[in-house]
Amino acid sequence: MKHRKPTLDRRKVVADILRNRGDALVVAGLGAPCWDVAAASDHPLNFYLWGGMGGAAMIGLGLALAQPGRRVLVLTGDGELLMGLGSLATIGVQQPRNLAVIVVDNEHYGETGMQLTHTRLGVDLAGIAKASGFRAAGTVCGGAQLRTWLPRLYRQPGPVFAAIKVTTRPAPLVLPLREGPALKNRFREALLGGKARL
Amino acid sequence: MKTTAWPDTIHRVLTENRVRQVGYVPDSGHARLIELVRGDRGMRAVPLTTEEEGVALAVGAWLGGERSALLMQSSGAGNCINMLGMANECRVPLLALVTMRGQWGEFNPWQVPMSRATIPSLEAIGVVVRPVDRAAEIGETVAAAAQLAFNTCRMVAVLISQRIVGAKAFK
Repeated sequence: MKHRKPTLDRRKVVADILRNRGDALVVAGLGAPCWDVAAASDHPLNFYLWGGMGGAAMIGLGLALAQPGRRVLVLTGDGELLMGLGSLATIGVQQPRNLAVIVVDNEHYGETGMQLTHTRLGVDLAGIAKASGFRAAGTVCGGAQLRTWLPRLYRQPGPVFAAIKVTTRPAPLVLPLREGPALKNRFREALLGGKARL
Repeated sequence: MKTTAWPDTIHRVLTENRVRQVGYVPDSGHARLIELVRGDRGMRAVPLTTEEEGVALAVGAWLGGERSALLMQSSGAGNCINMLGMANECRVPLLALVTMRGQWGEFNPWQVPMSRATIPSLEAIGVVVRPVDRAAEIGETVAAAAQLAFNTCRMVAVLISQRIVGAKAFK
C-alpha cells in the first residue's frame, strides 16, 4: 500500500474537535495530545495523562461506563494506542455508545526522537478498530473528510474510532497541570460536585 | 474443581461496597466469582485482554464516580506495574483480588518466578498487599481492603493463597 503523506496540522485538528465540546469529558493521552488539548483550551473536564502509556482508551472506557449520559472523547497518539491495542478489543466487547477514541496520528514517536511507529509501516488502526467491533471507524486524511467526521465524534452511537493523519510539524509546548491528585480532584469536582470529596 | 463459598462471600462484599465495574483476566480460582459478577445486573463485567487494562479502567471509573475491582492471577501482577504507577501518582483507589499461582503445590515451574515476585513488585509500586491463607478470612480481608482502598484512595491487593484456590491439576 502506497504511503500518503499527511497534510493536516495537529493543533488545528484538535482545536476543531474541541471547539464545540459541550459537556463532553476528555482524556488526553501521554505526550503531544496532552499539549494539543491544553493548547486548544484548558478545562476541568480534561484529564491529561503524563504517564500510563497505553491506558488512555481504557480510562475512556471506565469513564464512559460510569457516565453513560455524557460523551467521552479520548484524544491520544498512535504510539500510545499501539501500546494498548488490546483495549480496542475490550472496548469492542463492551460497546459503549458514548465513547469516541480519536488518534492524532503523526506516524512517529514524537517525544523520543521521531522514530517511526507501526502506523507509518503499514498498520491500519481504523481497520483494527472496525474488526474489534467499533460501530464506526475510519482514517481521516484531509480537511473535508475531517468536517464530515466532526459531528460523528460527538453524535454517532459508539464506540467510534477515528485515526486522523497529521504532519510532524513541531508545535510549541503547552504544558497542562501535571500533578496527579490535582488533575483527578479537579475533574471529579467538576463532574460530580460535592460527591467528589471523601 | 470443587466450588467453595468464598467467591460468593467476595461477591457479597463487593456489592456491599458498591463496586460497579469489575475488570478481569480469567483465572480458574476466580471462575465462580466471574460467573457471579456476570450474572449481577448491578455490576458491569469487563473481560480484559491484559491486566493493565483493568488498572486504567479503574482510573476511568473513579474519575466518573464509580468504584471498581480488578480480578487476576498472580502472573498478571507483573503486567500491571507501570500502569499502577499512574494510579499511585493520581491517588486513585484500586481494589485488586489476586489468586496465587506458583505457590502452594504448583506443578508448572514457569509459574514460580512471577509468583515469588508478586509481593515485592506490587509493594515496590505502592500497593498495600494483604495475603490470605485461609478461606474463612477472605470475607473480612476483602472488606477491610475495600474500605482502605475507597476511604483513603490507596491501591490494595488481596492475595488469595493457592492453598485456598487449589493447585491446577495437569491431567
